[in-house]
Amino acid sequence: MSSAIEVRGLTRRFGDFTAVDSITFDIQAGEVFGFLGANGAGKTTAIKMLIGLLAPTSGNASVAGFDVVRNADEVRRHIGYMSQRFSLYEDLTVRENITLYGGIYGLTDAEIRDRATALIRELQLDDAIDARVASLPLGWKQKLAFSVAMLHRPTVVFLDEPTGGVDPITRRQFWEMIYGEAERGTTVFVTTHYLDEAEYCDRISIMVDGRIAAMGTPGEVKQKFSAESLDEVFVQLVRPGSTPTLQHG
Amino acid sequence: MSTPGASGAPGVDGAGSGALSVNGVSKRFGEIMALDDVSFEVRPAELFGLVGPDGAGKTTLFRILATLLIPDSGSATVLGLDVIADLWAIRARVGYMPGRFSLYPDLSVEENLSFFASVFGTSIEEGRAAIAPIYNQIEPFRDRRAGALSGGMKQKLALCCALVHRPDILLLDEPTTGVDAVSRREFWDLLSTLKASGLPIVVSTAYMEEATRCDRVALMQKGRVLAVDEPAAIASRYPHPLFAVHARERHALLQVLRDYPHAASIYPFGASVHYSDARSGVSAASIADDLRGFLATRSVTDVSVEPIAPGVEDAFMELMGAPEGAVRAAA
Repeated sequence: MSSAIEVRGLTRRFGDFTAVDSITFDIQAGEVFGFLGANGAGKTTAIKMLIGLLAPTSGNASVAGFDVVRNADEVRRHIGYMSQRFSLYEDLTVRENITLYGGIYGLTDAEIRDRATALIRELQLDDAIDARVASLPLGWKQKLAFSVAMLHRPTVVFLDEPTGGVDPITRRQFWEMIYGEAERGTTVFVTTHYLDEAEYCDRISIMVDGRIAAMGTPGEVKQKFSAESLDEVFVQLVRPGSTPTLQHG
Repeated sequence: MSTPGASGAPGVDGAGSGALSVNGVSKRFGEIMALDDVSFEVRPAELFGLVGPDGAGKTTLFRILATLLIPDSGSATVLGLDVIADLWAIRARVGYMPGRFSLYPDLSVEENLSFFASVFGTSIEEGRAAIAPIYNQIEPFRDRRAGALSGGMKQKLALCCALVHRPDILLLDEPTTGVDAVSRREFWDLLSTLKASGLPIVVSTAYMEEATRCDRVALMQKGRVLAVDEPAAIASRYPHPLFAVHARERHALLQVLRDYPHAASIYPFGASVHYSDARSGVSAASIADDLRGFLATRSVTDVSVEPIAPGVEDAFMELMGAPEGAVRAAA
């Protein structure tokens, strides 16, 4: 099976600061990949390069089979993207958001109609189809935003902290939607600050100072660092030398 | 204007000796009931957590306590002072750190701190003792623009700015949101240090596991308080036997568990699945045996089933599920 994402020596410098320092990895189609790291470790810069919004200083990457520099337009056509900060137009209704994004993704009217119907049924949003998005509970918004990001059936979807601030039940329902998409063959690339969510991923990487300091299944990573939890691994990597236990329990 | 940073006149009459008191506070924005009859007390020198997801009403409550918003009904006191009648006295004595980054990104670390000190009629030097444990960590970067700080550093600077006028109580609205796990832990260590000096702290968070760092918490959801108590006490009132279940294929495990007729709840939890059982009067050992047997008949492999003690997140999900869930499997 081919790689959905291939990254080779990908590097980005800003002046004399190296934000992303020669990272290399492959992600297989249908994998749920957790992209972890401390604030400022370079995750956002790396994601911007992978979705074709920022040119690398050196190295290269392909996403969904397209080179992120030479074929950035094709990359964007074949991926979905959802972040906590920007997802939907709050002043538009659910239906209007779906129609708008369907149009942006180049779907036909018939495709938009069919997919909207299926999406509304799946999310049980029948009563809210003409409600302004602003009036929906946050959890519904997040699920709708994810579905809209999948509207054009992308082969790879990037989720940037998709569950921040969401209640713990909705957070778990959201992860079931992720699993569902992965089973249909979609590759999921996700960032999160919830380390329990990192355990839901097939594989994870942990970035430290622009480099990938650990990569593997959650079990492999814990084993490699002789750690009970990913939290412990994180502390070892990000604050080497500190005691990985709570000091003021 | 009151004397800024006045060394604490102790709580005035009326509100007992608590640091803070909220009595039946409600606040509506259009159709949304942001706060619905919220009541709790914060004790002296307590580290008190408001724990709940976005939309729980945490920020609205902080704005009322910081005298920036007037409740529709109910009353609240901070340090014994009424949030409406005594607003100026409260403002001088409260350290308030709003949710989003509230500093001036184009000013340096030191300039931000000087500015907040001068607003309260004091100086960095006068406030030095109060901020020392935190300021020492960011002082090497005192000439850096605040906008160029990392997430964890920004939080520390914002905390310094809330502390520099030597407040008698701290109100911190989601100081750890969007901050990585390690910086979050360090921030809570700082709060423990501050609390040890006797400063009452009210802090909100959407990260359930942070509840355990608080003396007591109010769990909040959609404007309502679900429970107020010590985190361990809230967890111990969880009403069902709880188990951590592992299997090779977790997603398959989840699906199969949903067919098991005795489930009260089934939630993925990090590397395992938390399963709670609706039966009463059945021992944990026989529930575990029965469950293992069931999973074997459904070809789930590499299974382990261990009884575990519930945590705050288990309790939160149980409490938030209860009001909407109509009839739960009452054993």
